Amino acid sequence: MTRYFTDKLAKYIVFISGFTAVVILLLIALFILREGLPAFSEIGVFDFIFGNVWRPGIDQYGILSMIVGSIAVTVVSMIMAVPLGIACAILLAEVAPSKVRSILRPAVELLVGIPSVVYGLVGLVLLVPIVSNIGGSGFSILTASIVLMVMVLPTIISISEDSIRAIPASYREGALALGATKWQTIKGVILPAAKSGIGAGVVLGMGRAIGETMAMIMVIGNSIAFPNSLLDAARTLTGNIALEINYATGTHESALFATGVVLFVFILLLNSAATVFLKRGSNAQRLG
Amino acid sequence: MTEYNFNGQNCHGDKIKAKNLNFYYGSFQALRDINLDIPGCAITAIIGPSGCGKSSFLRLLNRMNDLIYGSRIEGTIELDGKNIFDRDVDVVELRKNVGMVFQKPNPFPISIFDNIAFGPKQHGKKSKIELEEIVENSLKQAALWDEVKDKLGQSALALSGGQQQRLCIARVLSVEPEVILMDEPCSALDPMATLKIEDLMRTLAKNYTIIIVTHNMQQAARVSDTTAFFMMEPDRAGSLVEYGSTSEIFTNPKDKRTEDYITGRFG
Repeated sequence: MTRYFTDKLAKYIVFISGFTAVVILLLIALFILREGLPAFSEIGVFDFIFGNVWRPGIDQYGILSMIVGSIAVTVVSMIMAVPLGIACAILLAEVAPSKVRSILRPAVELLVGIPSVVYGLVGLVLLVPIVSNIGGSGFSILTASIVLMVMVLPTIISISEDSIRAIPASYREGALALGATKWQTIKGVILPAAKSGIGAGVVLGMGRAIGETMAMIMVIGNSIAFPNSLLDAARTLTGNIALEINYATGTHESALFATGVVLFVFILLLNSAATVFLKRGSNAQRLG
Repeated sequence: MTEYNFNGQNCHGDKIKAKNLNFYYGSFQALRDINLDIPGCAITAIIGPSGCGKSSFLRLLNRMNDLIYGSRIEGTIELDGKNIFDRDVDVVELRKNVGMVFQKPNPFPISIFDNIAFGPKQHGKKSKIELEEIVENSLKQAALWDEVKDKLGQSALALSGGQQQRLCIARVLSVEPEVILMDEPCSALDPMATLKIEDLMRTLAKNYTIIIVTHNMQQAARVSDTTAFFMMEPDRAGSLVEYGSTSEIFTNPKDKRTEDYITGRFG
């Protein structure tokens, strides 16, 4: 009797806990949607997303330059972080002797624990002057992308490393026994076998990149002008909300929530992409 | 008098000679004083109870044990008169000449075509026509072509266990080895698939030197020309107890321990 009771109780507790997370997510989604809806109806979805001018003072709310800013820092940082991250994952999983790995791996994990304001600070003090030597004020998409690259590296590295480690040793042996060199084995067998996991790591890294706020505010310049080059200042969607929410009222406030809705959709798309990647990976194991 | 088969390999006499071979994992001695001459273009079976070092011996022949940290070798293994442990031996080239089929079929998680083409590509064959020819020939030699010719683009993992193992044999053949090592190639297969692999081995033995490690004594008796019986010594080091033609080992063993093993008294 009691055993069955415990069993049922455990089942309900797990169910309720699990649903709590889903319910919270739904509530957040509903809340920002409700708060953002007035802005969408007043400004118009099209004008809001594709409008070029953000001037709350004269009731101009277009966030295109910020969408471009967010996408630009994400794309540029990923262009730098993906090859670096995969190379580092290969090093950790396949090449480095265990001694080197026992130093490198904790170091990579430590990168995750550093608060983003510290990344912003380092970027501000170290990177901004360096980038300003190339051109512009130094507060730029390029600076932000470099900071972001460092921030997403641990995500890409650890997920890629895990998926490379999950490749059965028999693949490695099979390739080496055919007379493939170590690098040929990595490139020809191991990376293709691990590609879905690596893809998921990249997409999750992108999710982190597009959502990053504090470090971006500190180095990107937060200009509302449309950026024309990597050396221009820009503003991200997240930065827009964080910078203005304290004094915004009325349509302005609603427009900031609407910015959140756009951000939410972006992240939803990225997460779906990650799920598709992982699913395709497990299908490939069975069917190809 | 020298006989040559179609891929130019010398089939006459002994292909591989192990001399005073000792092998250690760290301080543990896994093989002691092995002396064994393996004839070319024939099947040699290595039998013995679990842990007697037969797989370790097999993996020395293409230096797969190089991958194990702390392993150490004394003595020599000559392939066509050349010690494979010499400094000037290119291990990549050695493994191309001495292919290996593993206990569990291990096709790569890519298409059937790419599985076979992988080896030749690594050895510099790039042209599509050449690769297509190699894939077809290898699959035909491995008696798999008719079953897969219409689905070369499909994942190799969708094949049955027996087909996967023949694919792995085809993959080995694709780099034109002279010796094929098989480490219990049928232990994960059903009897029908096993029979197919054994037929295939007999066909391949006309042109290739095959060495098979097996737990299955009927299999050793069915397919092999010569049989080597390994056993553990009291300190757990493996040693060669008896070696001779398969018919002799199975009908008239000289050593009492061989007789006890093949009649099923232990092991």
